[in-house]
Amino acid sequence: MADLTDLGVAAIRDGVRSGAFSAVEVADAFIVKVAKAKPLNAFLVETPDAALAAARAADTARAAGETLKPLAGVPIGMKDLFCTKGVATTAASHILEGFVPTYESTVSQNLWDAGAGMLGKLNMDQFAMGSSNETSAFGNVISPWRRPGSDAPLAPGGSSGGSSSAVAAGLCPGATGTDTGGSIRQPAAFTGISGIKPTYGRCSRWGTIAFASSLDQAGPMARDVRDCAILLEAMAGFDAKDATSLRQDVPRWEAGLSGSLAGKRVGVPKEYRVDGMPEEIEALWQAGIDWLRDAGAEIVDVSLPHTKYALPAYYIIAPAEASSNLARYDGVRYGLRELPEGAGLQDMYAATRAAGFGPEVKRRIMIGTYVLSAGFYDAYYTQAQKVRTLIARDFERAWESCDVLLTPTAPSAAFALGEKSADPIAMYLNDVFTVPSSLAGLPAMSVPGGLDKQGLPLGLQIIGKPLDEQGVLNAGLAIEQRAGFTARPQTWW
Amino acid sequence: MSVDTATVKKVAALARIAITDEDASRLAPELSNILGWIEQLEGVDTAGVAPMTAVIPNQLRLRDDVVDADPLTGGGIRDSLMANAPQAEHGFFTVPKVIE
Repeated sequence: MADLTDLGVAAIRDGVRSGAFSAVEVADAFIVKVAKAKPLNAFLVETPDAALAAARAADTARAAGETLKPLAGVPIGMKDLFCTKGVATTAASHILEGFVPTYESTVSQNLWDAGAGMLGKLNMDQFAMGSSNETSAFGNVISPWRRPGSDAPLAPGGSSGGSSSAVAAGLCPGATGTDTGGSIRQPAAFTGISGIKPTYGRCSRWGTIAFASSLDQAGPMARDVRDCAILLEAMAGFDAKDATSLRQDVPRWEAGLSGSLAGKRVGVPKEYRVDGMPEEIEALWQAGIDWLRDAGAEIVDVSLPHTKYALPAYYIIAPAEASSNLARYDGVRYGLRELPEGAGLQDMYAATRAAGFGPEVKRRIMIGTYVLSAGFYDAYYTQAQKVRTLIARDFERAWESCDVLLTPTAPSAAFALGEKSADPIAMYLNDVFTVPSSLAGLPAMSVPGGLDKQGLPLGLQIIGKPLDEQGVLNAGLAIEQRAGFTARPQTWW
Repeated sequence: MSVDTATVKKVAALARIAITDEDASRLAPELSNILGWIEQLEGVDTAGVAPMTAVIPNQLRLRDDVVDADPLTGGGIRDSLMANAPQAEHGFFTVPKVIE
């Protein structure tokens, strides 16, 4: 039999349904692969029993002639930001070491209800703060990709770096990610896979460890556009437990997939042509334009004049929300407690947080605390929220002349671990193309477009109107059908 | 905006993060750099612009005014809430003594 771990979500689902193979065979194949991939450090916890239990349930249902659930037989990886009942959940931070949730996040529950099984919890940047997966308290995730003739470890992107590495290495056919400023799209681009962040409010945030609540959105990462559509259908949906959840039916995105863009207009924003952008990224962007034109779309130039202010606005808003959200880690109710000899309550808080949070998390909490402090609030936070309104207006104006936008996903291919970690701002600049759509709450996805001269993947980003995930997925599919991206990393681990 | 070590210590105290003098000296230029970078927002004309409150128009819902509207977030789940406490006694979270 062919290697089952070469199959994606749709192929596994269909094969289990038709009886070409059993769900247990699929689960076993991935479990072995996960166990052998320790050098990638993609998994924080492996849960083979959970994957097998879901697989047995699928096989039993099929044997009994029942209608199979939408994801029956499909094992997936779960980013460690999602609380999973009875399975340690840390957000890759020491401050949550030993935390075992007594409840299940809505998004993960939705996936289990759809029949999916869990292979394990995926490593990530600590509290989803990072673009290279170097801020995890449990070690860097390594990308399965390498530069030719070099064994220097490359960044899998972040913050969903465990998810991107695991999917690209074939350790799971799909995984959950979360995206606050690009944390699904940039790692997908770095590892040659697809990933979509839906419209803000599509996926419930209940039970997902909070970073910046007005930006955080869950979404799937998988090998192709169809697999993303299938997973997103299972993850999304109204949830009364999240006050920002949208009361909207979940469209049947998979059934609606079409790579024909006749009658669609694709906007190309001139402000994304940034200084110092590598030639290869320019060339790929042009190729993407040509592919979408070939798919029947009309290409239009658009302007998003406030683009350059998106990153600085983001680095006020996200840390401000983080400083508030992360105030809950106090050593009293869950997680780490540091109680120095003779310490009072306030000392215990400060000692616990000093010991539990990593440097990047502390940096962002302190920036957030500073911009929200008395006398600075209006100058920083209120001004940033006004700029955010202007950024959202830019997009609204663009929608008058186009249906989706096409841009590169990231300003470079994957960099080596350590290459940017000394300079926070250089790291932040990696999200230059993904942050504006996050600030506006828009659906956006990354699909692989090609390889750079070093043989590393590059991604193209499609941004859509609010609630138009279908338009985004279809443009993504049109690129996928024309890019012919089949490159896979060579197994070295 | 340049941030000095005294400001760093004040912010750290507000954020309830213990830091050493060395941490403060290291963080001061780092935070100054980042704050200097985000200050370019001062140059944006936002006269008459309302701050963003919601990216997608949405109405705040009220839940039904009943006990245990949702069994997961309602009452009667003390043991579940306490299950991860670093220290708990008699159904209470315990903290260092705060009153003499």
